[in-house]
Formats: sequence, C-alpha cells, structure tokens
Amino acid sequence: MFETEFTPVMSLFGGILIGLAAVLLMSIQGRIAGMTGILTGIIPPLASDWSWRAAFLIGAIIAPAIFVAAGGTVEFAVPPTTIALIVGGLIVGVGVYFGSGCTSGHGVCGMARLSPRSIAATVVFMIASFVTVFVTRHLLGM
Amino acid sequence: MMKFVSSMMIGAIFGLGIAISGMANPAKVLNFFDLFGTWDPSLAFVMGGALITTLIGYRIVFGRQNKPAYAQMFHVPERADIDRRLVLGSAGFGVGWGIAGFCPGGAIPALGLGYSQTFVFVGAMIAGIILARFANMRLQRTAIAL
Repeated sequence: MFETEFTPVMSLFGGILIGLAAVLLMSIQGRIAGMTGILTGIIPPLASDWSWRAAFLIGAIIAPAIFVAAGGTVEFAVPPTTIALIVGGLIVGVGVYFGSGCTSGHGVCGMARLSPRSIAATVVFMIASFVTVFVTRHLLGM
Repeated sequence: MMKFVSSMMIGAIFGLGIAISGMANPAKVLNFFDLFGTWDPSLAFVMGGALITTLIGYRIVFGRQNKPAYAQMFHVPERADIDRRLVLGSAGFGVGWGIAGFCPGGAIPALGLGYSQTFVFVGAMIAGIILARFANMRLQRTAIAL
C-alpha cells in the first residue's frame, strides 16, 4: 500500500555513519549512543551531565535539516494516523523506559558488546514489531 | 566547551546516518516489518552496517584507550540478567514501533526534517517516558512500604 524503494547502498552507508557515531561517543565521552538514555537525561529532573546529551541531540536534529538545505533528499511518509502516532508514541515511551533502551542502545551498542540483556531486548522488540505490523496491516486491514 | 562541541558533532554524524539510511522514514520502517506485504529489506542493511562498525570500533577503543578522551571512565552497563521489566518493556517498545513506525533514534533526527507528524510522535513519546518514570517511582515506594 505504501511502497518504498529498496536502498541497500544508502542504508548501509547510513548504518556505517550511525556505527561511527557510536564508536566516537564511546571513545570521547565514554558513553553508549542510545537515544533513550540520552533523551531521558534531559527530561526534568535533569541528569547532572545533561550538557553533552543536549549537545548530541542538537547535532542529531540539525544535521538532517542541513543535509536537506544543502540539496539532499530524505524520503519521508507517515502512513499511520495521528491517533496511531499518539498511541504508538506513548507505548514507545513507556516501553523504552522499562526496557532500558531502544534500537540504538540495545540493537547497535549493546549487541556490539554482546550484552545478553541487549540481545534479548533486540530479539523481543523486533519480533513484537513484525507481529504488530502483521496484525495491523493484514488482520485488521489498517 | 570541546566536550560540548564534540558531542554535537557526533550527534550530527548520528543524525545524518539516520536520515540517509531511511530510519527517519516511518513508511520505510513499517515496510521492513511487513514481510507479507510491501516488504523493503533496507533496514537490515542499516542495522548490519551500524552493528559491524560498532563491533569493530568498540574493540579498537577498549583495546587502545584506558579511558575516554573527555571523561574519567567508560560508562558501560554491567548487568547481564534478563528480567521481566526488560522483556515486557522491550515488547511494548516493539508494539509501539510497529504502530507508529518511529523509534526514538529515528524520530529525534526526523524532527530536523520539520514535519508535524514527527512532533506529535515525539511529544507522545516524551509523555510516555515521564508517565513510566512516575509509575516507576510509585512502584518503588510501594515496594519499600511493603
């Protein structure tokens, strides 16, 4: 229903950049590049080391804006409805808080450290996503 | 100051990687999960590229550095137990990801693209984190009281 183009080269290149950022953040700040952890630290009450987190977030937000301003294209389409975005957002927020991480923290950094918790978390959230999309698209026809 | 600037540069590399990889595009993310429909395997290449780079890079960093350049020590989670919170929380995250098509690492850089849907999602996600933090405080208080 919403076809997207298979982009192995750009996706691989983007993935390598994400990995490079994770390695640099460990080398320079000694931190895991997990978006959940970084974001949670700047939601009041602020973490004592909120400043590098805020800097990372600012960089992460402005880079795509600069890329587009410089003439780059970023495909973007949101099939879900506003209600689905709100419900999904709330569930993601609660889930990553209790699950102590998301795709970047568990799926990339934790898996790269071969952490049993991160491997378990990644397997669980990937399966849950596959099942959810199957149910919403093919059983409920949303 | 260098600490702040370097963090921002690293964040920018992360955000650029997310944007060009397709992780900031919910349509593409949802298609990756839609094996029996409009399947787009691109995200396997994102995860693969990120994971292999980090796997090799972490080994080099931990092998060559005693401590980070701008910090006293490496902050790496030590826990190895797989508890109910981790499993249920991650399952919840997966369900939300499958509904909205955004994960936190995809949504934050997507804010820079300026579409209103991203702001709706991120607002709800932050509300969810605050709600979970509050519920967690209540749970801990109850546990202490008991």
